[in-house]
Amino acid sequence: MTGRARYTDDLVVPGAWYGKTVRSSIPRGRVRSITFDPAFDWSQVVVVTAQDIPGDNVVHLIRDDQPALAVGEIRHREEPILLIAAPDRETLAAAERAIRIEYDALEPVFDLDRATETYSEIEIRKGEVEEVFKGLKDVEVVERTFKVGLQEQLYIEPQGAIAFPEPGGGIKVIGSLQCPYYVHRALKRALALTDEQAVVIQAETGGGFGGKEEYPSIVAIHAALLARKAGRPVRLIYDRHEDLAATTKRHPGVIRHRTVVRRDGTLVAQDIEIVLDGGAYCTLTPVVLSRAAIHAAGPYGCPNVRIRARAVATNTPPNGAFRGFGAPQSLFAAELMVEHVAERLGVPSLDLRRKWMLRLGDTTATGQQLTESVSSGLVLDAALKAAPPFHRSNVPSVRRGRGLSLVYHGSGFTGSGEKKLGGKIAVEALPDGTFRILTASTEIGQGTKTIFSQLAADALGVGMDKVVVAPQDTSLVPDSGPTVASRTAMIVGGLIHQAGLELRARLEKRPKPALPVRVDKSYVQPDTIHWDDQTYRGDAYPVYAWACTIVDVEVDMLTGEVRVTDLVSAVDCGKAIHPVMAEGQIEGGMLQAVGWATIEEIKMKDGGYQNDRLATYLIPTALDAPRIKTVLVENPYSGGPFGAKGIGELPMDGPAPAIIAAIHDATGVWLDEVPATPEKVLAACASR
Amino acid sequence: MRFTLNGSTVSLDVAGTRRLLDVLREDLHVTGTKEGCGEGECGACSVLIDGEVVNSCLVAAGQVEGREVVTVEGLALPDGKLSPLQQAFVEHGAAQCGICTPGMLLAAHTLLKENPKASADDVRVGLAGNLCRCTGYTKIIDAVLACRT
Repeated sequence: MTGRARYTDDLVVPGAWYGKTVRSSIPRGRVRSITFDPAFDWSQVVVVTAQDIPGDNVVHLIRDDQPALAVGEIRHREEPILLIAAPDRETLAAAERAIRIEYDALEPVFDLDRATETYSEIEIRKGEVEEVFKGLKDVEVVERTFKVGLQEQLYIEPQGAIAFPEPGGGIKVIGSLQCPYYVHRALKRALALTDEQAVVIQAETGGGFGGKEEYPSIVAIHAALLARKAGRPVRLIYDRHEDLAATTKRHPGVIRHRTVVRRDGTLVAQDIEIVLDGGAYCTLTPVVLSRAAIHAAGPYGCPNVRIRARAVATNTPPNGAFRGFGAPQSLFAAELMVEHVAERLGVPSLDLRRKWMLRLGDTTATGQQLTESVSSGLVLDAALKAAPPFHRSNVPSVRRGRGLSLVYHGSGFTGSGEKKLGGKIAVEALPDGTFRILTASTEIGQGTKTIFSQLAADALGVGMDKVVVAPQDTSLVPDSGPTVASRTAMIVGGLIHQAGLELRARLEKRPKPALPVRVDKSYVQPDTIHWDDQTYRGDAYPVYAWACTIVDVEVDMLTGEVRVTDLVSAVDCGKAIHPVMAEGQIEGGMLQAVGWATIEEIKMKDGGYQNDRLATYLIPTALDAPRIKTVLVENPYSGGPFGAKGIGELPMDGPAPAIIAAIHDATGVWLDEVPATPEKVLAACASR
Repeated sequence: MRFTLNGSTVSLDVAGTRRLLDVLREDLHVTGTKEGCGEGECGACSVLIDGEVVNSCLVAAGQVEGREVVTVEGLALPDGKLSPLQQAFVEHGAAQCGICTPGMLLAAHTLLKENPKASADDVRVGLAGNLCRCTGYTKIIDAVLACRT
C-alpha cells in the first residue's frame, strides 16, 4: 500500500551474488556432455553440479523421485542440471552462455494412453455399478468424455529465494513461499542439515495459489547450494519467462462419465474414469488425484458409484498444486454431466440438480454420511435469487447464454490427513501486555494474519492492536502444517481461537501468572471422523463448503470469443470470519476459474510450453473480468471457529462448467472441454 | 543523471540504458515498484513520469533525465498518512497479496485525476494494464469508484 512491505526481491543484501539455474533443452534423454568454454574465466563465478550436493539429491516430497539437479537422465524440458552464481548479472549471463550441454535424446511420452508409469491409482466404490450395467432396462445411459487443460497459477510475484550461509554450517533461506516447513524438510534432506541448521523464513509473498506450495523447495535448495559453495548470500529470483516455462501447472486430464438414469430422472449409477497427467515427476500428484476422485461424483447422491482414477507420468514439466487441487477438474465433468443427462431426458438441468443433490443425512460416494452444514439447497436458492435479469442478445452476431453449476469442496486435508499432521500453534502473553501468535501458516494474500488476529483478539477479549503474528520463521514458530487445502481458517484458526481462550483463562487466575505465558495447541481430529486410506471409504473431509454459480456469457459468433459478462455466486463457508476478505478471496478465485475456462490456454510443443511469456499467456484483466456478485450464505460447522469452513479453493470449482453450459445456452453446441478458446468455439459451431 | 523522485531531486551516475525499474530498486532502494513480467504486460512496475502511467521495465533510465517520477512511495499525504485512495483500498479490501497494489494505485490515481467522475467501465479501462490475480478486480473497482469527486 505504501511500498514498504518487503518481498523477497526487495531485500537488500550487501555482497549477495546472483544465481541462475541451467536447464535442459530436451524433454527426454541423457546428458552426453557438459562443456565449460575455456575462454571464459570460471574463477569469477561459482558452478554447482550434483556432486556438490552434501545430502541426498532429491526434492523431498511424497515419492522423492525428483532430483535437485539431474544426473544423466533428463525427464522433461527445463529440468535443472547446473547452478551458477556470479557477482553481477552480466557475468552470470556470460557464464551461462559459456556452458554447452549435449544430449542423447530419447523418444518422449506425452500421450496419456501411452504412458508407461503410473504415479497412483484410486478406486472408489459404492453399491454395485457392474450389476447395474449387466441389467439395463427402462433406463437411459449417457456417456461423455471431458478434457481439462493446463493452467498456470500466475501469482504476480515470480518464485524467488535468497540463501545465506550461517555460522556452524547452517543455511538460512528467505523466500516467497506458502509452506515454510515443506521447504525446511527439503533443505535438511538435500543439504544434510539438522533441524536447527536449516532456517526458512517467509518474506512477504505476492500470491501463491498452490504454485508456492511445493516448488519453493526447489528454489530454496538451489539457492542454498549456491550460497554454500560461494560462501556468501545468493539471490535466486526467477524472471516471468523462467517461472512460466519451468514451474508446476494445474494437472490436465481426461474424465469419462457413464451415467445411468431412469426416465423419471432418478439417478441409478455413475461410472467415472479419471486420468490426470502428472508430468515428469510425482510432486503432489497422488494427493491431487485423491481430491479429484473424491469430488468426481459431484455434490449428488447416487446409490451406485464407481470412480477409477489414475495419474500417469509423461515428459512434460511436473504438474503440481493449484487451488482446487484436482477437484475443479473432476467437478467440471460432473457438473456438465448433469447438463447432458438433462438434455437427454428433456428436463431442465436445475430440476435434476434439485432431485439429485446431497442433503442433510445423505451419503457421498465414499460412504460418508453428511451430518451437518449441508447447504446445497441454500446456495442454489440464494444464487437464483441474486442473479441479474437475463436477456437474450439483439445483435445477430452476438449470442448470450446463461449457465449454472452446483459444487462442494472438502475443507481441510483428506481423510486422516489432519490427524497424521497434528498441526501446531502457540499463543503467548508478553510482559508488555501484547499477545503473539506463533504459527507457520502463511499470509499469501488470503487474509491469514488478519483473521488469526481477529480470532485471537476475540478469544482474549482484547483489541486487535494488542495482537501480533510472529514472522513465519521455522526457528521461531511451530509447524502448523502447510497453507493449503482450505484448512487455514478452519483448522489452524480454530486452534488459535482455542489457545486464546485457554490463555485468557490462565491469565484470569489468581495469583496472576508471571509473563510471558505461552499456550501450545496441537490439532486433534474429532473421533467421529473415520477414514480408510486403503478402501477410500469413510469421512473424506470433516465438512464441505458449497457454492452455486450462475454465469452469463456473450459469444461472438464471428470471432468465437467468449466474454463472461456477469457472475453470481452464493457461497456457504460456514462463517465468514472477515466477510470483505472472504468475498475478495471468492471473487479472485472465480476470476481465476473464468481464466481457466476461457483464455488461459497453454500450447505444448516438444514437451515445452510455447506461450511461456506473459505477452502470450493471457490472464483476465479488469476489462475481461465479469461483474462479480458474491452472496455469503452462512451455515455454521460445529468444528470450525465460529462455524467457519474452508473457502480458499471452492471458488475455483464452479465457474468453468457454468461457462460451458452458458456457451451451450447461447450457441447450442457443447464443448466438453476447457479452455473454450475462440478456435474451439468456432470449430464446434461450424461442425454443428 | 538527475530527476525528481517523489518530490526530491536525485542525482546519480548510472548507465542511461539501464531499466528505470532497476535503477529505482537497486540503486535507490525504492522497492515499492515491483517486477512482475519484465515485458510491459503486468503493470506491477508502473510509475508516473510527468503524471503519465508507464511500465518502468520498458523505460531506459536516461529517458527520465530532468523529469518527474512518482512511485507508490510518493502517494501518501505529506504528513505520511495514507491518501484517500490508499485508504479506500484498505477499507474495500482491494489489496490481497499486495504485489500489484503499487502499480494499481498509480494507475487508479491517474485515471481519477484525468476523469474524477469515472464510471465503472472507465475504471476497468483505466486499470486494464495492471494485472491482479487475487481479487477478481471487484474490490479494486469499488475502491476507485468510492474516490470519485
